Amino acid sequence: MAVKVLRRRDLTVWEKLYIPQIASGLKVTTAHLLRNLLLHSAHRLGLLQNRRAAVTFQYPEELRPLAPRFRSRHRLTVRDDGTPRCVGCMLCETVCPAHCITIVAGEHPDPNVEKYPVRFDIDLGVCVYCGYCVEVCPEDAIRMDTGILDVAAYSRDAMKLDIHELMNPSLRKPLTACMLEFPHECRLAGGEVSTRDHQRRN
Amino acid sequence: MIDLAVKVVLALFVFFGVLNLAALHTWLERKQSAVIQDRVGANRASILGWRLMGLFHPLADSIKMFTKEDIVPAGADRILHTLAPVFSVFFALVTFAAIPFGDRFLLGGRVIELQVAKINVALLYIFAMLSLEVYGVILAGFASRNNYALLGGLRATAQMISYEIALGIAVVGVIMIYGTMDLQELVRGQGQNLAGWIPLWGIVVQPVAFVVFLTAALAETKRIPFDLPEGESEIIGYFVEYSGMKFGMFFLADFLETILVACLATTLFFGGWQVPYLTSSGFQFPWGATLPVSQPAYVLLGVVSFSIKVVIFCVLFMQLRWTLPRFRYDQLMRLGWLGLFPIAVVNVLVTASALAFLKR
Repeated sequence: MAVKVLRRRDLTVWEKLYIPQIASGLKVTTAHLLRNLLLHSAHRLGLLQNRRAAVTFQYPEELRPLAPRFRSRHRLTVRDDGTPRCVGCMLCETVCPAHCITIVAGEHPDPNVEKYPVRFDIDLGVCVYCGYCVEVCPEDAIRMDTGILDVAAYSRDAMKLDIHELMNPSLRKPLTACMLEFPHECRLAGGEVSTRDHQRRN
Repeated sequence: MIDLAVKVVLALFVFFGVLNLAALHTWLERKQSAVIQDRVGANRASILGWRLMGLFHPLADSIKMFTKEDIVPAGADRILHTLAPVFSVFFALVTFAAIPFGDRFLLGGRVIELQVAKINVALLYIFAMLSLEVYGVILAGFASRNNYALLGGLRATAQMISYEIALGIAVVGVIMIYGTMDLQELVRGQGQNLAGWIPLWGIVVQPVAFVVFLTAALAETKRIPFDLPEGESEIIGYFVEYSGMKFGMFFLADFLETILVACLATTLFFGGWQVPYLTSSGFQFPWGATLPVSQPAYVLLGVVSFSIKVVIFCVLFMQLRWTLPRFRYDQLMRLGWLGLFPIAVVNVLVTASALAFLKR
């Protein structure tokens, strides 16, 4: 095997003196320092807002712009009458590689719709955010466009979303009252079937 | 009695001034590095919603340091382990006693020198205290009962002792020119002007000594690019086994040393409290104009001038810290013994010859 010998360039006398190199290094850092100090001061005065002084995003107050196709927390889209668009076809639950979706379908009063979800739970502690559920949905009933990234909880149970939170992304746990008009099985209404039981049944 | 009171006031002034500056150093270090690296820096600590650009972080830090658990490793020498950080901070603090931060001023018929202790061999005193600081380092390494801490301590000791020599010899040139070791007199000696318009500061007559002094002083304070005794996360320094405020005291000593070096560089090479063209009777500009200044204003201007110069040096050290990479140990030793030491000696010889030639 051929061996390639990498030769490092010898330092010139100017570089070996080291002090000029310190000066050139200081030039770089001082240029950054002065530029940013100037910009920070200008921002305080409300000037030059279009030029950023720091690349930092002050996270909880200032969010990074998300790409339009970014996959964030799920939501269920809603019809004009406030019922979910979901028709309980189970495609998303079937395609989900993480088995994090639990749907219990019920009969819809409108014979043209046939079914609607009595329960629709997503366990975000299990979800891999692959987006297959969005891709597979024939009714455009589930989307991942809420822009919610700060999904955090103290327990695994708290990571589970039920139909209330999915239909209204601005809701935050703990939920105290059920706002949904149509019949469904939610924890607040006493219809308790844990996701894990349901999956074991499968 | 009043003399004693004056001394106590002066000592407290210097003590709290220096400690506050050291605390501000942590803020400066964070903020300056952040601004250099296009970041924002620590800005979250707040009191009643006021953040003041992160100025409360030093406060939060000290509260954290004081309330953290203090761990003494099993088998460590409990007394020496406690004593080591105390040594470091103590010797760093007492050194400031010899630094003059202003000219003498008259108060009620009393001459007050703005210097905590008027020592006629102030430079020797400062170097003695700097050398004693090595004890804090070596004791910390030794008392921790940790081989890595001991190695770190030895590294630090070797470095400090090596660079102390270059530091001392670099200063000899300045002493020869101004003919005194009393720092107050040395600063007064820098009050003259060369050729009528260049202030006769140490940097003008001893530029080589200044470079050597600055380099050796940076090494003496164990700051980047000479921070391999500490090497906080990479090569483990002498204070691995320290936690809580004991660890904080080592850091405090570090910042105090930096300020001390800034003070020394100001005093020896940048005219201490001298303001260019300002004499005790007022400004006397080289183009002939004069501006009378009252005695308190003159002294105050001196103190302000001294503070500004010290802060500029602190910022410069910080800037160097965020610019340069760390030296390797052999490079460090070679620079100290084969670089700075001979240069300093030659500088002394040249200065001596020049002085002898000029006197004749």
